[in-house]
Amino acid sequence: MAHVFELWIGSLLTLMIFSFLYKDNPFYKFAEHLFVGVSAAYWMVIGIWSTLMPNLVARIWPNALQGIVNMPADAKPQYHYLIPAVFGILMLTRLIEKISWLSRWAMAFVIGFAAGTNFTRYLQSDFVGQIYNAMIPFIAKGDGGISIGASISGIVLLIGVISALCYFFFSKEHSGAFGAVSRVGIWFLMVTFGAAFGYTVMARISLLTGRMQYLGEWLSSIF
Amino acid sequence: MTDEKPEETQKKRDIIKIMNTIDRRIIFLLIALAIILPLVFHLVFTVRASPIVEAIFDKVESLPPGSKVILSFDYGPSTVPENQPMAEAVARHVLHKDLKLYMMAVWATGPPQIDLVKSRVVDVDFPKKVYGKDWINLGYKAGNQGLINAILLDLKGMYTTDIHGTPIDDFEMMRDVANLTDMSLIVCIGSGYPGMREWVQFAGDPGRIPVCGGVTAVEAPLLYPYYPRQLLGLMGGLQGAAEYEATLVTKYPQFIATSEQAVKLMGPQTVAHLVIISFVIIGNIAFFAEKGRQRKGKKA
Repeated sequence: MAHVFELWIGSLLTLMIFSFLYKDNPFYKFAEHLFVGVSAAYWMVIGIWSTLMPNLVARIWPNALQGIVNMPADAKPQYHYLIPAVFGILMLTRLIEKISWLSRWAMAFVIGFAAGTNFTRYLQSDFVGQIYNAMIPFIAKGDGGISIGASISGIVLLIGVISALCYFFFSKEHSGAFGAVSRVGIWFLMVTFGAAFGYTVMARISLLTGRMQYLGEWLSSIF
Repeated sequence: MTDEKPEETQKKRDIIKIMNTIDRRIIFLLIALAIILPLVFHLVFTVRASPIVEAIFDKVESLPPGSKVILSFDYGPSTVPENQPMAEAVARHVLHKDLKLYMMAVWATGPPQIDLVKSRVVDVDFPKKVYGKDWINLGYKAGNQGLINAILLDLKGMYTTDIHGTPIDDFEMMRDVANLTDMSLIVCIGSGYPGMREWVQFAGDPGRIPVCGGVTAVEAPLLYPYYPRQLLGLMGGLQGAAEYEATLVTKYPQFIATSEQAVKLMGPQTVAHLVIISFVIIGNIAFFAEKGRQRKGKKA
């Protein structure tokens, strides 16, 4: 019974959202506002019960949340968690103009931590890693000779990388041989954007198919 | 000068005008039909795995029984049609190969998807598998890439209990796990941030742990540059999921009944793409025809 009720609610809301395809209307607006409201409430609850309670309150005052939040039965108070608690409260001082400058301490810590944590990883994985990934032999050896497929792939990668980089080199006028290479780069970029668009279409159609299946389930529960 | 009669020219102009001004609602209707009809008539196409998907399958195949595999659910209900078949196919394969399955989430919306895998895969195909010995649900922890960074060095420091609140050391399969480097494979099923990219950056690369998985089609092009050196393999969107399912079912036909969700959805996907391609062609013909007509008009 609960599942049927859920099917009806879900299907009617889906149809309300789809009604926008015809034209804007009150049913669509109702579903849209409901979605925004429910999402905001859901994430607030998640934020409190999945982040704030287990990561802060349960660490400082475990006895208060025993049986409510997942933690070992013998958990002891870890008072050093008061430091992030104070930083969290400082963040809220943005709401009071006179002392809003205090929030900069918390912001500085958050930005510093994020930059410090991410910088080395991005540098290693995205910068150095990507350069390394592009260094593949353009004449690849296979079983007992040259592998034609891998070699073509390597050559295309080499041409693509160099020509696309040339396109993004704006310190020199794109004319003559350099201009010709950068135009090849544009073609590579266009193919890339085309492939990305094709993937985007696939994603949207997949989601639409999921909704259609849901509506089909609803209809089969009626008839 | 042209030899065409005025009415013929008028007729051509009308067709071009119609092609240029097709009501978007007609396009929506045709797309809807392209999805509904193949679903109703169970139109299914043959799917073959590409090397990038096959690499994941082969890796799982090659792991010896008892190897530890993390399956991270980094998505929510909004991308279930794309991500859920991937997660279920990988979980089914991992359990069938007698590997240890560690399910977790760096997205708050991940745990309900883990429950779906439990009810659709573990309960249906592997009812004899024991919780805590063969598979475990570690649940969601906040922290995004910070969490991944932390468990790379100390998994039990972050996961003191499983999702049900049972102390982590009570489980047989957790006793010899200290951190992520004890894992043989990380599989991330994701749809954004944090997801596959963060697993590569904060676990795979620094810990030298093989990372693979599946992402939504929108995200897939951003991850191809990591393949094959930083990313072992990648399932891109529904196509990737269908390819994994097809490979699994070919090797293990006993899963045909339960493991062909994505393969079945590729029918509507294919027809819808054909409709869209047709409209792209029609649009281009109309555009160039109109342009040619304007050029002729100027010359005249």
